[in-house]
Amino acid sequence: MRFEHPATFNPIDQLKVIGHPTSRIEGPLKTTGTAPYAYERHDVVANQAYGCVVGSAIGKGRIAAIDLEAAKAAPGVLAIVTAENAGKLGKGERNAAPLLGGPEIAHYHQAVAIAVASTFEQARAAVQLIRIDYAKGDSKFDLAAVLDTAGTPNPSFGGPADTDIGDFATAFAVAPVQLDATYTTPDQGHAMMEPHASIAAWDGDKLTVWTSNQMIAWGVEDLAKTLGIPKENVRLISPYIGGGFGGKLFLRADVLLAALGARAAGRPVKVALQRPLMFNNTTHRPATIQRIRIGAERDGKITAIGHESWSGNVIGGEPEMAVSQTRLLYAGANRMTATRLAALDLPEGNAMRAPGEASGMMALEIAVDELADKLGIDPVALRITNDTQVDPEHPERHFSQRQLVQCLNEGAARFGWNKRNPKPGQVRDGRWLIGMGVAAAFRNNLVTKSAARVRLDQQGRVTVETDMTDIGTGSYTIIAQTAAEMMGVPLEKVVVRLGDSDFPVSCGSGGQWGGNNSTAGVYAACVKLREAIAQKLGINSEEAVFADGVVRTGNRNVPLAQAAGGGDLVAEDAIEYGDLAKTYQQSTFGAHFVEVGVDADTAEIRVRRMLAVCAAGRILNPKAARSQVIGAMTMGVGAALMEDLVVDKRHGLFITHDLAAYEVPVHADIPHQDMVFLDETDPMSSPMKAKGVAELGICGVAAAVANAVYNATGVRVREYPITLDKLLAQMPEPV
Amino acid sequence: MRSFSYERAASPGAAAAAAASTANAKFIAGGTNLLDLMKLEIETPAHLIDVNDLALDRIEETADGGLRIGALVRNTELAADARVRRDYGVLSRALLAGASGQLRNKATTAGNLLQRTRCPYFYDTNLPCNKRKPGSGCAAIGGFGRQHAVVGASEACIATHPSDMAVAMRVLDAVVETVRPDGTTRSIPIAELHRLPGDSPEIETVLQPGELITAVVLPRPVGGTQAYRKVRDRASYAFALVSVAAIVQPDGTGRVALGGVAHKPWRVEAADAELPRGAKAVTARLLGDAKPTKDNAYKLPLAERTLAAVLRDPRA
Ligand SMILES: Cc1cc2nc3c(=O)[nH]c(=O)nc-3n(C[C@H](O)[C@H](O)[C@H](O)COP(=O)(O)OP(=O)(O)OC[C@H]3O[C@@H](n4cnc5c(N)ncnc54)[C@H](O)[C@@H]3O)c2cc1C
Ligand code: SF4
Repeated sequence: MRFEHPATFNPIDQLKVIGHPTSRIEGPLKTTGTAPYAYERHDVVANQAYGCVVGSAIGKGRIAAIDLEAAKAAPGVLAIVTAENAGKLGKGERNAAPLLGGPEIAHYHQAVAIAVASTFEQARAAVQLIRIDYAKGDSKFDLAAVLDTAGTPNPSFGGPADTDIGDFATAFAVAPVQLDATYTTPDQGHAMMEPHASIAAWDGDKLTVWTSNQMIAWGVEDLAKTLGIPKENVRLISPYIGGGFGGKLFLRADVLLAALGARAAGRPVKVALQRPLMFNNTTHRPATIQRIRIGAERDGKITAIGHESWSGNVIGGEPEMAVSQTRLLYAGANRMTATRLAALDLPEGNAMRAPGEASGMMALEIAVDELADKLGIDPVALRITNDTQVDPEHPERHFSQRQLVQCLNEGAARFGWNKRNPKPGQVRDGRWLIGMGVAAAFRNNLVTKSAARVRLDQQGRVTVETDMTDIGTGSYTIIAQTAAEMMGVPLEKVVVRLGDSDFPVSCGSGGQWGGNNSTAGVYAACVKLREAIAQKLGINSEEAVFADGVVRTGNRNVPLAQAAGGGDLVAEDAIEYGDLAKTYQQSTFGAHFVEVGVDADTAEIRVRRMLAVCAAGRILNPKAARSQVIGAMTMGVGAALMEDLVVDKRHGLFITHDLAAYEVPVHADIPHQDMVFLDETDPMSSPMKAKGVAELGICGVAAAVANAVYNATGVRVREYPITLDKLLAQMPEPV
Repeated sequence: MRSFSYERAASPGAAAAAAASTANAKFIAGGTNLLDLMKLEIETPAHLIDVNDLALDRIEETADGGLRIGALVRNTELAADARVRRDYGVLSRALLAGASGQLRNKATTAGNLLQRTRCPYFYDTNLPCNKRKPGSGCAAIGGFGRQHAVVGASEACIATHPSDMAVAMRVLDAVVETVRPDGTTRSIPIAELHRLPGDSPEIETVLQPGELITAVVLPRPVGGTQAYRKVRDRASYAFALVSVAAIVQPDGTGRVALGGVAHKPWRVEAADAELPRGAKAVTARLLGDAKPTKDNAYKLPLAERTLAAVLRDPRA
């Protein structure tokens, strides 16, 4: 099905099932521990052996010598695979650094070997016996030190490296009020609960991998390419995923090494990346240095806005596209952005929840707060003053929906924003200095092809199959809701099967595109199934009403199951998109409000209240969507206050590489959270009229926290995370 | 993790004797620290002596009105003990500020005292660390040192001791009781239990090989208002950047110990005497010899401000 014209009334608009806060249909499996995750698939294949991964001990250089003798002789060891004996390997389309290093080492903890043994303990003991001598090479580990060497990249997503509209330099120079500030964001890790884990089994030249991956088709393609085997010989199965946040978008070392280990050992092999290895071995959100300049009239109207960002990556890696939201968020005739990329020998940077947008909004939304302060204008009002209903670079291009102003106003009213004292450092509650902060949330909606297969059987059951994944987001549930709505059956009559490369290729989970596109694909397949059913029953599908388990035309009611009387009816289709995403800017909006307390003595920062108001198209399942947003708000608090992959610039690694050193919020950090969706349907996005929410939720949160800290203390911190040591020196003397 | 042999000791004396007679043996109590370190091969004992059956899990009153806490008393139980809550509030508060409920259910009094540093370089076996591998160097010096010691450190090691409980024990003048492999016992004032790193940061206490902690004795209660204030980046489940244990008497005298600043709980008796003159005077004495780095210099004002807050309102 091609989606080329704005959606009109369709069966989804009945909202009998869609739009309801249905609890996750796979929830009971998860809460009872019976949803099997990749590493627990003891049932799927016999005789599983265990693999343990060795990560490089240096950041850059080469392996001079490797001695496997002791490890090979260790109890239970079945095989040891290194680059030397792995055979010729290719590299996945979406991997920059090779997943199995050696002799060249691209980054710290790059996998260099896997030991396979009969038990996990034997494999873990064996890796300690592998002796590797390294020769360190020339290296660059410090982004700030290599800024001069940064070049102009050719990004594969997120827009061009340079944009230039009007005359930024002049407009900024003559602006009566100017802001020019530099912000930094650190490297961040996904730190999902379930580590990267896989079981690989060969059957002749056919390979099956039970794994934890967000994008099945990408994984198949890149695994086949890396191993140099046909795609058809690879099957990936990933029905349950314990969090990904972008860290599982791509083929990673667990999959490859399990496959190589299994080939070498002649047995199925399971591998989970050890937690302390994950942060340097896999991808991360790259650090940025961002300079923002804004020029404004005294009434707050922005006349010039410029945003430059620098990040680093391994050769072949992408820049962090931190400036892209600045191109669209606020009005202003003169504008520029620039993205620069430096070569660094740190682990590979890649997507993490709202890649680019989250980092960019962390800086931009502090800058707007600073500007408001300079102007003496309320930061909510300043944002409203500079709202735009069109793409500021291409004024003929409208937003399909843009309710930023409504989000800000609704949020301000609900949060009690009018109680905020604009003068910082004035409000106290016992030992706490209290402050409020606001930031806009803004993330684009991405449309991409997604396919599904639906089957009607003689029991009147509808089974949906698609390689879409559920990374804890609720895909199972919204897909079931879509099929139930389309086929006129109750939810209990729908079976959803996901995450298997034998199923039609979906959009996968990433970039907050999963919900809208995967359900639109199911919609397309259901339209086809409705036609097949109508044809079978000899009725006109245009006139048929699918409801309550029957197909109705005029006063004729036929049970749905009857259509499958002669055998299952199967339909497969994909949603594909025309130009609506080009003719309209499709985006999601929100406003984050945060109240913090800062201990007047110790400068400890504790969030007290949070509110997000979001407008993100049709909300397919308000419960699942709300969970996504409050989860994203929590992650935003982590970004604001603690998450920091600290670079050791001498050894070239993230030294905070376990969950003790890489702090993420705990329950005690997250107080009262509230979130509200504004009513919205977006007919430009898809027949579902939905958009994404999961990444919108994190965009702007950290800046709202930062702005609240400033309002509480009068101390402006421009280097994330905002920790007490950065406040202390400027804190008011204790009384 | 290396393979190891395992036994359950029948008595404290037998445990100590076994530890001395078996090469590379270690005691295991709750295992919450030791097992993590063994998995990473930071600790590689060849033999484990399980001390959980030694009947050292009681809290009893001593003849002079103090408390004898068995080495195996769990942190949860100790924090909840009515006598501890009434007479040694600083200890109960310190315990509850540490780790998590699940960990405290397993963690023991002796194990807590002997837990090892959380220096991230100690945890990465690819990097130099004098504590883990004597003579290999100290990667923390010149590296990421935000958590590290500001006082009492050496050129060999700048690690901190991570225990909260030990800081409270230090301010309470606790005494550690042990039994040695030859069956003799001794009492070690807590001030002397932990060593400064000096040239041999791998030797963390004055305990001799095989010496088993059997109990920790708290002297009779000293009264006063007792406070434990732990400062950290997140609200729970994080080690202290700085912590303050204080006992303040109605006349303004009292005692102070700091956590998170040194290789051991940090107390200077001469600094206690400054308490009536306020936080600035106390910290000047306590941290007068501090040699902070750029990364951890914040701990000096932080310690002073935290102490000031505690003195102003010990119950906050
Ligand atoms: C995630 C996490 C967070 C934590 N957070 C905190 C925190 O915030 N604050 C804090 O203070 N602590 C914290 N801890 C540390 C925790 O308090 C210790 O792990 C625990 O107290 C150790 O006690 P255990 O009985 O488990 O010791 P074990 O691990 O069994 O032993 C530790 C050491 O003591 C030795 N030992 C044990 N018993 C004896 C004995 N009777 N005589 C001689 N030697 C003995 C062992 O040989 C070993 O070397 C945390 C730990 C974890 C894992
Ligand atoms: S500070 Fe101590 S524990 Fe840390 S690396 Fe240096 S020697 Fe090792």
